[in-house]
Amino acid sequence: MDAQTIIARRVAKELRNGDLVNLGIGIPTLVANYVPSDLKVFFQSENGLIGTGPIPEQGMAHPTLTDAGGRPISALPGASTFDSAMSFGLIRGGHVDVTVLGGLQIDAHGHLANWMIPGKMVPGMGGAMDLVSGAKRVIVAMQHAAKGKSKIVAKCTLPLTSARPVSLVVTDMAVIGFPDGKATLLETAPGVSIGEVMAVTEAELTVPDSVPEMKI
Amino acid sequence: MKAVSVEEAVAMIPAGASVMVGGFMGVGTPERLLDEVVRQRKTGLSLICNDAATPGKGVGKLFDAALVSRLTATHIGLNPKAQQQMLANQIAVDLVPQGTFVERIRAGGCGLGGVLTPTGVGTLVAEGKRQIEVDGKPFLLETALRAQYALVHAFLADYLGNLAYALTSRNFNPVMAMAADTVIVTADNIVPVGVIAPDHVVTPAPLVDFLITNG
Repeated sequence: MDAQTIIARRVAKELRNGDLVNLGIGIPTLVANYVPSDLKVFFQSENGLIGTGPIPEQGMAHPTLTDAGGRPISALPGASTFDSAMSFGLIRGGHVDVTVLGGLQIDAHGHLANWMIPGKMVPGMGGAMDLVSGAKRVIVAMQHAAKGKSKIVAKCTLPLTSARPVSLVVTDMAVIGFPDGKATLLETAPGVSIGEVMAVTEAELTVPDSVPEMKI
Repeated sequence: MKAVSVEEAVAMIPAGASVMVGGFMGVGTPERLLDEVVRQRKTGLSLICNDAATPGKGVGKLFDAALVSRLTATHIGLNPKAQQQMLANQIAVDLVPQGTFVERIRAGGCGLGGVLTPTGVGTLVAEGKRQIEVDGKPFLLETALRAQYALVHAFLADYLGNLAYALTSRNFNPVMAMAADTVIVTADNIVPVGVIAPDHVVTPAPLVDFLITNG
């Protein structure tokens, strides 16, 4: 199983019946592929839709039905549409149960940096700051390390997305939570040892007596 | 509301004007108005739009023609031309969180001086802004945003100017239709009064100043 699939499958296990969920671009988008069919989850697209469905079949796309990247999507039965003030009212107002976002860095207290690399990449924050500030649970889905360098750092060197810590980080190697504001190893990926996780984690990581393996 | 040709409508907009344009990645954008803005070469625009779309699409055309001097947006990462113009200091760019962006415009259209939002507290976005505590929680004071012109696209407009929108092309259009001195609208379909039921009107007719004729 490749890194992205491990992450997406594990994040999907966090979703509950009836949840309103917002998925960011990249790995988070893949989470929708692993939601069990008996689970009723509402996916929001922040450009104004609850009830996003899969990419439409060839020839069935409509120019006014798109995701936040402007790509064609479909709408499921029971979908609803609304303007951007409503969409971000849902996000900031705590009506979104779970948001899943990509990350560049997470620090030892759960602070996320994911919107710019000064001097290199300044695309703008889009909806990321509102999502991290307002969703009930914020889950970060990302690779544990990039080019051998830990993305889970003692202190973020990149600009923060929010002062509010995230709820959970799911990587290809581990699940990390932040009880009492301290990065804590909750699970390891199949075939990955605690030692291997520690070796590629720059942040200080609390390791409980029992660390189960991810069930994916 | 007055029905006018696209040429007449754009001729009213002076160079250097502040212009809000509806749309999200070019979806729900008044393309015919933008084509005419490019044709009449309205330079030095102060553009307020969620994003910079992509080259050749939506407001992306304004960057292709180098007509923008100031941009207030939430994300320009998918338009390399807008990025280049920003890095070369040809345009001054103010990047705003998307929820803050829409609330500032909503405030501008609703007679409010601004809004208090938790978004951006403790980040670069907070620099130079007042932080206000309400019930012990920190909020940023984000001021209202208005423009001289709003260019809006609807799915349906009736002969009076009542508007309804389609699916995800609604996005910022109804909010911007409240927040500009002059509101200019294109619609996919212009229909008789009554076709849009009162409950389905999203933007009421008195908000629309000019409707671009079809055909």
